[in-house]
Amino acid sequence: MGTALERIAVSALALLASAVIFGLLLVFYAGVDPFEAYALMYQGAFGSWFSFQNTLTRAAPLILTALCTALPARLGLIIIGNEGALVLGGVAAAAAGVAVAASGPLVTNLAMAAAAMVVGGAWIALAGGLRQYRGVNETISSLLLTYIAIALMNHFVEGPLRDPTSLNKPSTPPIGDANMLGTIAGSDVHWGLAFGIAACLICYLVQRFTTFGFAMQVIGGNPKTARMMGLNVGRYVLIACAAGGAAAGLAGMVEVAAVHGKANASLAVGYGFTGILVSFLARHHPLAIIPVAILLGGIGASGGLLQRRLDLPDAAVVVLQGIIFVCILASETLYGRSWAWLWRFRAAEGR
Amino acid sequence: MDGTDLGLWGVPLAMLAGAIRVSTPFIFVSLGECLTERSGRINLGLEGTLMMGAMTAYGTALLSGSPWLGVLVAAGVGLLLGALHAALCQLPKVNDIATGIGLMLFGTGLAFFLGKPYIQPKAPNLGALDLGAWSSISQVQQALQVNPLFLIGIALAFALAWALKNTRWGLIVRLAGESVDAALAIGASVGRVRLLATAVGGAFAGIGGAFLSLYYPGSWNEGLSSGQGLMAVALVIFARWDPIRCLWASLLFGAAGAISPALQSVGVTQGYYLFSAAPYVLTLALMIATCSPARSLRGAPGELGAVK
Repeated sequence: MGTALERIAVSALALLASAVIFGLLLVFYAGVDPFEAYALMYQGAFGSWFSFQNTLTRAAPLILTALCTALPARLGLIIIGNEGALVLGGVAAAAAGVAVAASGPLVTNLAMAAAAMVVGGAWIALAGGLRQYRGVNETISSLLLTYIAIALMNHFVEGPLRDPTSLNKPSTPPIGDANMLGTIAGSDVHWGLAFGIAACLICYLVQRFTTFGFAMQVIGGNPKTARMMGLNVGRYVLIACAAGGAAAGLAGMVEVAAVHGKANASLAVGYGFTGILVSFLARHHPLAIIPVAILLGGIGASGGLLQRRLDLPDAAVVVLQGIIFVCILASETLYGRSWAWLWRFRAAEGR
Repeated sequence: MDGTDLGLWGVPLAMLAGAIRVSTPFIFVSLGECLTERSGRINLGLEGTLMMGAMTAYGTALLSGSPWLGVLVAAGVGLLLGALHAALCQLPKVNDIATGIGLMLFGTGLAFFLGKPYIQPKAPNLGALDLGAWSSISQVQQALQVNPLFLIGIALAFALAWALKNTRWGLIVRLAGESVDAALAIGASVGRVRLLATAVGGAFAGIGGAFLSLYYPGSWNEGLSSGQGLMAVALVIFARWDPIRCLWASLLFGAAGAISPALQSVGVTQGYYLFSAAPYVLTLALMIATCSPARSLRGAPGELGAVK
């Protein structure tokens, strides 16, 4: 759909439109100078090495959760259960980490990642399987599964897996400082970012250069044709959903192993929901997810500064994300027509 | 605890009370979604509309002192958000499911953003009618305190069912949902019909939000809605696009939502969070039981892509 240039131009236009709409909201409702606000946001997101590292740290789970929407989207499915897979992945990782905590950091982290990916993958594969074999709409079921996942997390964290010493904020026992996932050399950014970038690269290579990826494209383009070609559509749906869910589960593991050190309600802070936005903004392209996640991680990182300096509510960032989402979706209508409009405009000027 | 000790009988009673109290937002949102879907479009953004309705109703009631004015304003805001959804979906190539998700995020964020000043103050509540005055047991009296909006919701369900079946407008809405060609053949503008149906559906959802902030739980905060707007979408599918069945399904969901606090009140605290997931599990189970991959659902509007 459209050339790469057209895709970038339309997305840039949509971003510009959302910046204008958000700016108007700032002026007329909050009485804040939008240019000052945007300058502050830039400063809070990319202005210094310190803030840029904060942005990258936030981008890591966004990259991974975005894949949870992007991979099934390749087959024409809209999965929005990212938050649920992240949360359950985090709980599974914490449980696994505590179980094998004595066997050294490498084994612990591998066990945590494996547990998180299996649980997250199974969770989203459930939505895909229900779609394929029972005809249940995957968008609605994956969202319901998110609410169920958050309830399960609360149950485990406050019940069977609770550390009796965590009084104010019920949590699982810590996995131990020695077992924490380290930072990338020379920075404060944890290895989750590298996991995310590697996952995107793998997805891109598989989609671009393998018959598996080509089959996914055929199914996404026209499932009937795919079936007539003899492709086992159900298998692809399950694998894509499981892979996406595994990525989101890994995001939960990274949050536990690199940020919190244990699983608790801080896992459900909305990285999964922002991941949906990242995937749509990147038009479900694995490589485009990386810069988009960094951009949205930056918007999230700048929220605190906006709150402190301009006295804006912390939800300002969510409003901006919502406006961007709607503008990007509305901009779909420009594809294949933007050049025609430009042409008409020029012709009118010439007259 | 005041009143008589009812023992385990307290659980079904609390569930009845829950069905009456908790179901009202479900009734309004599901009727709105039902109308929208009968016209051939799905609006997943009603969760955002619900939050915006709750926030504006609370703010209006606080500033004007009149909760019913708040309900009216919430309906107006819902109307605008519904119209926005419809207008966006009217553009070629724009996906209605994705737009719904976008507007859900937008509406929720905007409600938090604009509603920040209203978290602390206390706005006047909508009153309740005491239908339980005949009983001497205080729990029964409490359970039968009925908000007028609940009764309006019931009336609305029957009115909508009647209008869809018997009026010219109902016929046109159903035609737009069943077959675009047929609608065009009788000279109806499908776009305008869907715009109106989505806008009115949004207004219903706004009223549902007003109930949340002005009656039960009766305050404005960021955790006010826990997915009622989305569960309503599943509920409409379960109710097979029939307003009367939407009403029954809403009552069922209200009762399911009351299980976990009801059990806690009689001393069962084990698995509190698991029971709190009951409405979601119920929705999912119902969808699994009623959907089928081989055919589209019985009663489904023919032009509705989401359930094909």
